[in-house]
Amino acid sequence: MIDRAQVLHVAKLARLALSDEEVERMSRELSAVLGHIEKISELDLDGVSPTSHVVDVVNALRADEPGPSLPREVALAAAPERIDDGFGVPSPGAA
Amino acid sequence: MSEPIELTAAQAIERLRDGDLSAAELFGAYRARAAADELNAFTWVADAAPAQDGAPQGPLAGVPLAVKDLFCTEGVPSQSGSKILAGYRPPYTATAVARLADAGAALLGKTNQDEFAMGSSNENSAFGPVRNPWDRERVPGGSSGGSAAAVAAGLAPWALGTDTGGSIRQPAALCGIVGLKPTYGAVSRYGMIAFASSLDQAGPFTRDVTDAALLLRHMVGRDARDSTSLAFPEQIALPRGVDLRGLTLGVPEELTGEGIESGVREAFNATLALAEQLGASIETCNLPNAPHALSAYYLIAPAEASANLARFDGVRYGLRVDADDLSSMYTRTREQGFGPEVKRRIMLGTYALSSGYYDAYYGRAQQVRTKVAEDFRAAFERFDLLVTPTAPSVAFRLGEKVDDPLAMYLNDVCTVPMSLAGIPAISIPNGLSDGLPTGFQLCGPAFSENRLLNAAYVLEQALGFDGSAART
Repeated sequence: MIDRAQVLHVAKLARLALSDEEVERMSRELSAVLGHIEKISELDLDGVSPTSHVVDVVNALRADEPGPSLPREVALAAAPERIDDGFGVPSPGAA
Repeated sequence: MSEPIELTAAQAIERLRDGDLSAAELFGAYRARAAADELNAFTWVADAAPAQDGAPQGPLAGVPLAVKDLFCTEGVPSQSGSKILAGYRPPYTATAVARLADAGAALLGKTNQDEFAMGSSNENSAFGPVRNPWDRERVPGGSSGGSAAAVAAGLAPWALGTDTGGSIRQPAALCGIVGLKPTYGAVSRYGMIAFASSLDQAGPFTRDVTDAALLLRHMVGRDARDSTSLAFPEQIALPRGVDLRGLTLGVPEELTGEGIESGVREAFNATLALAEQLGASIETCNLPNAPHALSAYYLIAPAEASANLARFDGVRYGLRVDADDLSSMYTRTREQGFGPEVKRRIMLGTYALSSGYYDAYYGRAQQVRTKVAEDFRAAFERFDLLVTPTAPSVAFRLGEKVDDPLAMYLNDVCTVPMSLAGIPAISIPNGLSDGLPTGFQLCGPAFSENRLLNAAYVLEQALGFDGSAART
């Protein structure tokens, strides 16, 4: 149901590298899970509004008041790479 | 005086107030046990109680607290069971933990869990599986397996967990303790490393219902840092009921029949009969869409997870696998940092949200969510509470279901519907089947925690479950 090409496409969207063995296993396992899940396609859901959140709150806004943030040094402390006052990353390159 | 670890948290607080026990002595007793943990329940144990002048103050009076790894705790490893966050020490503390610390709780340790709370057996942790104190060859349940095992084994008096589709209630049931998932929004999610934001809720693991009420009391409330948090409409009261007179309990056919192991069902039916003797009126009812809840959940939760886990990209914290270009750095970091179940859910969620499949999967799942919530609303017009077994089986063997994701997901069949509806639910110990604990679950409308705790308390007193065998 989910073939190799689909697995590779979704993995690319998810920024996940998968080994050949993982691609094969993912295809099998996702197909089994989706096979079960597909039962919801039999339900009559015409006119049913979707629920994204159960809390009855709309547009919870806070007052626009400046407050202290994490100091830069603290925010950068766990970074794998730091360049000057920012997070360092490799070049986007030509890949 | 009995050993300090034999006291419930509420009893310990009384002894501390009376001066019969010192906070240092209590902390030391638990610290020694947690440090000698053979269940792999802890990923970090404190060297000492938090420093302060004089005896600990506040209503929780210095009683130690174990906290699930995914709660951020300032300066203390918070790894969410994942290699991608190995060694991460956050610069701030989650609101739920901070509130309990303000009330006097002392951080004892961080507990093992399924990676990013994805799992029902605690076998998906990068730090190894947790063992069930009732039988060390069996799982403690998940995803908050370390918290459940620690409390059941007397390595902590109580613990914090999180529940997205059953991750508090199911391990509580499998370990023979009390676990409560509050109403969605009752407890701030600020500082919880997110799995599925519309479902995640923090809640207590305790030895008894009174302790659950006490811990929850100091967790709830609106937090400006979580815009989905709500003010709890009343104080959480300590339960005091003596019977169930006047209470109507509904038994949903869809969650109490097929798929429930016979020993679990027998224990459940026996407790229904007991509830009736205690004055409750009991009737079967229907949640017609509940059989589809699991399908909707396994689309919605992975979809939200795939978005939430996009933040683990090797840039700001955690693991980075070096590569020549940015895109390869992302993909290799995530390949090596995430375990198999997390990858599976990211893939499932990304697929469900991808162009061409969104309406058929994610969109329909959200509609099913509406139907599931409507079923509960209709049921609560007739009933005060609904009751089900918590999990369809007792604790299964380590390794038994790791290669069959679907079989693993079916563990959540009785707990997922309440999560989708955002309503509170509690699991209490319901005796043993073949020497292993089973759980009895009660759920109620949003913000009915006091009603839920009272009914659970009355049943607990009548059942008289003795969990001391797991603390040896």
